[in-house]
Amino acid sequence: MNAPVLDIRDLRTVFRVGGRELTAVADLDLSIAPGETVALVGESGSGKSVTSLSVMGLLPRKVGRIDNGTIAFRGKSGAARDLVGMTPEALRQLRGNDMAMVFQEPMTSLNPVYTVGEQIAEPMRIHLGRSRAQAAAAAVQLLADVGIPDPARRARQFPHELSGGMRQRATIAMALACDPKLLIADEPTTALDVTIQAQILDLLAKLQAERGMAMLFVTHNLGVVAEIADRVAVMYAGRIVETGTVDEVFDHPRHPYTQGLLRSVPRLGQATALKRAGTPLPTIAGAVPSLANLPRGCAFAPRCPYAIDACTVAVPPLADTGGGHGSRCIRWPEI
Amino acid sequence: MTEQPFLSVSNLTKHFGGSGFSRAPVVRAVEDVSFDVPRGKVVGLVGESGSGKTTIGRSVLRLIDPTSGTVRLDGVDLTAMSARDLRRQRAKMQYIFQDPFASLSPRMTIGQILMEGLGIQGTGTRRDREDRARAALKAVELPADAFDRYAHEFSGGQRQRIGIARALALEPQLIVADEPVSALDVSIQAQIVNLLRDLQTRLGLTMLFISHDLAVVEYICDTVIVLYLGRIMEIAPAAELYANPRHPYTRALLSAIPEPVPGRASRRQILTGDIPSPSNPPSGCVFRTRCPHAIDACAQVVPPLEAVGRDHRSACIRNHELETAEAVPA
Repeated sequence: MNAPVLDIRDLRTVFRVGGRELTAVADLDLSIAPGETVALVGESGSGKSVTSLSVMGLLPRKVGRIDNGTIAFRGKSGAARDLVGMTPEALRQLRGNDMAMVFQEPMTSLNPVYTVGEQIAEPMRIHLGRSRAQAAAAAVQLLADVGIPDPARRARQFPHELSGGMRQRATIAMALACDPKLLIADEPTTALDVTIQAQILDLLAKLQAERGMAMLFVTHNLGVVAEIADRVAVMYAGRIVETGTVDEVFDHPRHPYTQGLLRSVPRLGQATALKRAGTPLPTIAGAVPSLANLPRGCAFAPRCPYAIDACTVAVPPLADTGGGHGSRCIRWPEI
Repeated sequence: MTEQPFLSVSNLTKHFGGSGFSRAPVVRAVEDVSFDVPRGKVVGLVGESGSGKTTIGRSVLRLIDPTSGTVRLDGVDLTAMSARDLRRQRAKMQYIFQDPFASLSPRMTIGQILMEGLGIQGTGTRRDREDRARAALKAVELPADAFDRYAHEFSGGQRQRIGIARALALEPQLIVADEPVSALDVSIQAQIVNLLRDLQTRLGLTMLFISHDLAVVEYICDTVIVLYLGRIMEIAPAAELYANPRHPYTRALLSAIPEPVPGRASRRQILTGDIPSPSNPPSGCVFRTRCPHAIDACAQVVPPLEAVGRDHRSACIRNHELETAEAVPA
């Protein structure tokens, strides 16, 4: 097997809030092979975005920091380097070049006062030393690659002249400009309409296959995970609670939270039968706990239908349930 | 004889801008929309950005004034009503907002929020108003001590329950719920949908449920209306719409929803192009620029909503050719 592009070991990221240190991510192991897409899925406060910000070195300064762990990244040089403790300057050399990002809201990545073409050309001039003319021509080609019609004209336009879907295509073009080894996509389709989301997911899958990039895909949407990812890590209250191939985890979930989450997603055409039977939609009782006030032991135990006394003693380890499938539940063989 | 519908919307049209000194083009948010909601039923308005769903919801309560068309509530024409008469009618109709963080005042206790509308309506004594507010809190399954607390002390799901309690406190007959679960986490969405469904059946409420997500509305709605660029594309009983969608847009929308089933993506139909701007909608059928079945004739006339089944209507001139879901694209 190929050496992983990204290999996170024992990551712990903390935030300083009101004089207290809160653990946003703990005990996190994750690796992504070349050409592979791994999805991090979870609800608000699960730590999925903090994990991606930790990898990119974009944690809010003075508030968030990596407290423990290693993030080995194998960029274009082919050698694995630990991103933890790397200088801001060294990280800047990697970002936009060896690794690139696409965020939820394209307008946060696009500068309103530069043309789309200039912004796509910029990383190629900075990181690859291309001339202005070479980079401009390459930018037009990239716009064509991401499916923007009339790319030469679009390159001369400003971001506000593009629709939301077009802007997200443009940020993808910008991310791909230097042919990164790793693409980190943080909720890239969440702000888009569903018919446009389908286009962007299709585009990302196609580009990734063509270029053999590794992709870390952060989302709250299990449907999107099923479409785009090879493997998935389900996060809850800062920890991975279940991980495995998408087929395994979706077809045979081995953690009660994953099971509850999968049941909570409305499936087309199935609600009618429930309605006729007078049965409520399946839910997970209660609410996600606050990081400032996590329960002892398994953080999901207070909401879990299988919880027993032993669940509140210690945080369960991520148990190997076979075939690269892991569950952070002490009762996984029974459920 | 059939009963008169509780809510009746006829030829509703709403254009924004284009008057006075503004040089911005007219935004055609809603064009000629008509539908009825029988008493005690739930109708879903579903569509993407620019479909006009929120504009319809707000026009129904006359939070905005329609450009033309009428809205009748229990036989009374709201569109022709004076502001003073309208205020009295508003006790009968309430709005639930999408964002539970923006729609609750941070400076008022939950009790004050729940009693504010009752005070404006001059309902009963202070004591009566407090009783009704406390009953509403109980109806949404929040603890009684929430009454004296502030919105910031509650999670998103709890805040949305407060928003629902505020609407219920007035004992309305019509509720317009505008994306009431869209800002919530998946595990909380189903809790709120169950609560709304339970309250709706128990209290016999009539409801307009606005959503961008066809998967969310199926459970709660009796009838679903699919909108695109301000026009109705299809209207059908919920079970029928999901089992037998007829309009090419409805089919595409259903097909685009990502479901947590690995391997389904490959069977998906992906629409090309962007949603056109409502300030410059295509001629004829507004969906034709993205429709895989569009033919020249689609640009000529606005397709009427035609009956394609029992209580099932679709606005497509090729309705009968495209009867089966497997129809070959043009």
